[in-house]
Amino acid sequence: MRKFRLKSLEYFQARPLPAWGGDLTGIDFDNIFYYIRPTEKQASSWEDLPPDIKNTWDKLGIPEAEKKYLAGVGAQYESEVVYHKLKEDLEAQGVLFLDMDSGLREHEELVKEYFGKIIPQNDNKFAALNSAVWSGGSFIYVPPGVKVEMPLQAYFRINAENMGQFERTLIIVDEGAYVHYVEGCTAPVYSSDSLHSAVVEIIVKPGARCRYTTIQNWSNNVYNLVTKRAVAYENATMEWVDANLGSKLTMKYPAIWLMGEGAHGEVLSIAFGGKDQHLDAGGKAVHYAPHTSSIITSKSISKDGGRASYRGLLEVAKGAVGSKSKVVCDALILDEDSRSDTYPYIRIDESNVDIGHEATVSKIGEEQLFYLMSRGLSEAEASAMVVSGFVEPITKELPLEYAVEMNRLIQLQMEGSVG
Amino acid sequence: MALLELNDLRVSLEDGTEIVKGVDLDVSPGEIHALMGPNGSGKSSLAYALMGHPAYEITGGEALFDGQDVSEMGADKRAQAGLFLAFQYPHAIPGVTVTSFLRSAINAIRKARAGGEDDPVPIPEFRKELLEAMEHLKIPRELAQRYLNDGFSGGEKKRVEILQMAMLKPRIAVLDETDSGLDIDALRIVANGVRELVGPETGALVITHYQRILNHIKPDFVHVFVDGRIVEEGGPELAHKLEEEGYEAFLPEGAEA
Repeated sequence: MRKFRLKSLEYFQARPLPAWGGDLTGIDFDNIFYYIRPTEKQASSWEDLPPDIKNTWDKLGIPEAEKKYLAGVGAQYESEVVYHKLKEDLEAQGVLFLDMDSGLREHEELVKEYFGKIIPQNDNKFAALNSAVWSGGSFIYVPPGVKVEMPLQAYFRINAENMGQFERTLIIVDEGAYVHYVEGCTAPVYSSDSLHSAVVEIIVKPGARCRYTTIQNWSNNVYNLVTKRAVAYENATMEWVDANLGSKLTMKYPAIWLMGEGAHGEVLSIAFGGKDQHLDAGGKAVHYAPHTSSIITSKSISKDGGRASYRGLLEVAKGAVGSKSKVVCDALILDEDSRSDTYPYIRIDESNVDIGHEATVSKIGEEQLFYLMSRGLSEAEASAMVVSGFVEPITKELPLEYAVEMNRLIQLQMEGSVG
Repeated sequence: MALLELNDLRVSLEDGTEIVKGVDLDVSPGEIHALMGPNGSGKSSLAYALMGHPAYEITGGEALFDGQDVSEMGADKRAQAGLFLAFQYPHAIPGVTVTSFLRSAINAIRKARAGGEDDPVPIPEFRKELLEAMEHLKIPRELAQRYLNDGFSGGEKKRVEILQMAMLKPRIAVLDETDSGLDIDALRIVANGVRELVGPETGALVITHYQRILNHIKPDFVHVFVDGRIVEEGGPELAHKLEEEGYEAFLPEGAEA
């Protein structure tokens, strides 16, 4: 691992900052703590957690509402997973749900086989940085045929100034198995900029299905530069549900490589760019096998001078006959100062395919607002209702408590009370 | 004093064109008023201005609701005070179900009436009332889970407007051409629905071009509205007279109804 980290650092230093997407010049790489240890040892039950960490979580509303529902909790609190709970029945089924560091220690063979294989250390500058300095993140393995009924959840939180978080997640879903992993992020506001650069690698083996759900709500000074990629083999299904509300700049395009015949991939993406925010989000689907299918649905909202872009790649390789793909990008612009862009990249090297692309841009209508206000809703409530409706096709895919949280976040955004 | 009181009310568009040219009208709970007039007479503009549409400005006179000048209130505040407008062309809100919209609207009004404190309607009570109102207006149950007005037929939209009136329980409801686009059966259901909602707590101002809805709603007062003014007033018999003779007698020389 040390060699891997050192080699990655070389790659990171050799690569220039990307010239596309958002403005990255505000990141000062020399002014970031790359590792902070939060508590001396990991807690194994709720009661063992230090009180201040518990308090923070209480404010996020995690324990009471969700504890019982949780199949296991992993939380990233100042760089390290401090709490991990896994229900006994999951353990009995052979499901592994650990922080990445423990995963590497306890399941070295499995980690070695896949770590850095889906996203090579030299994939891009920020994947290289993560490969060099990573700590924390989740390691999940689901054995063949095992269906994990409840979503596995991890809460991430950066709360020390100038601290980059470089968590690394690896999920392996073996043949015919199923897992839903939920990642939610919140962070308080800091005086200087913070960097979050994660890498998530997922392997979905034949006939398996994996869903990865994110609600990203970093404070508005965080650079959120994340590389997420999954490979799906024969008849496997991979779904990314990716909601981005926070951060100063997000550049994130969850990818699915459809490597086996009949594989299916879906990306559902939401980007909400408010004041001083630039969210460059989207998805990638790469068809490498016959009869593969993909759907990318993007909903972007911009408000108060914010900017939300869709950037996506659809690629069909020669030989991927009978493949189907549909890309739908809808943008909602809430005022004159805000901006929305669409950058759909499409490369098709096979003629026997069925590809569709639709894009709409709409502005929130005075008539719609008046109609809702005439029923007693305030202007902010009316706008929030229109926006919630706009993203409903995606929020309905979220677990109930996250859908509620998502709508609450949108409401806060509309009232301008998200810091 | 009437609950809704219009004194020499004048309304203009943003470009300054005067549409409503001095209207005096009083509406109280328990009363049904019909405002009848030809197309383009300014009936709908009056309705929009009363509800607070930003494109219709009150430029003269006053509109008082419960003694308060409405021009100082946003559309939301007017609704919270108990004013309601059934739209001629209701807007679609994709992604928001009829049920969830109604609950939000009811809770917004309850909150305002509780002095800004949250006072959400208990869900079983809401559900019971919603199902009863829907059955009464012969609205199929599945409509409650569809997105508000999204892909609704003209008739469905009008019924859902009256459903909103039934659920929000306004003190004065303005119905803007609720009869347009309805077949005879739907018209009867909607009109009876309105008739039953009017009572000691609720009055209605029914805006229409035709007399036919008035056969079912049975107004107490009829006002003939031409070119931004009320030109004739009377009881229900006036509506019948209009049906037989048309608006021609009230139009300026050379104009057509």
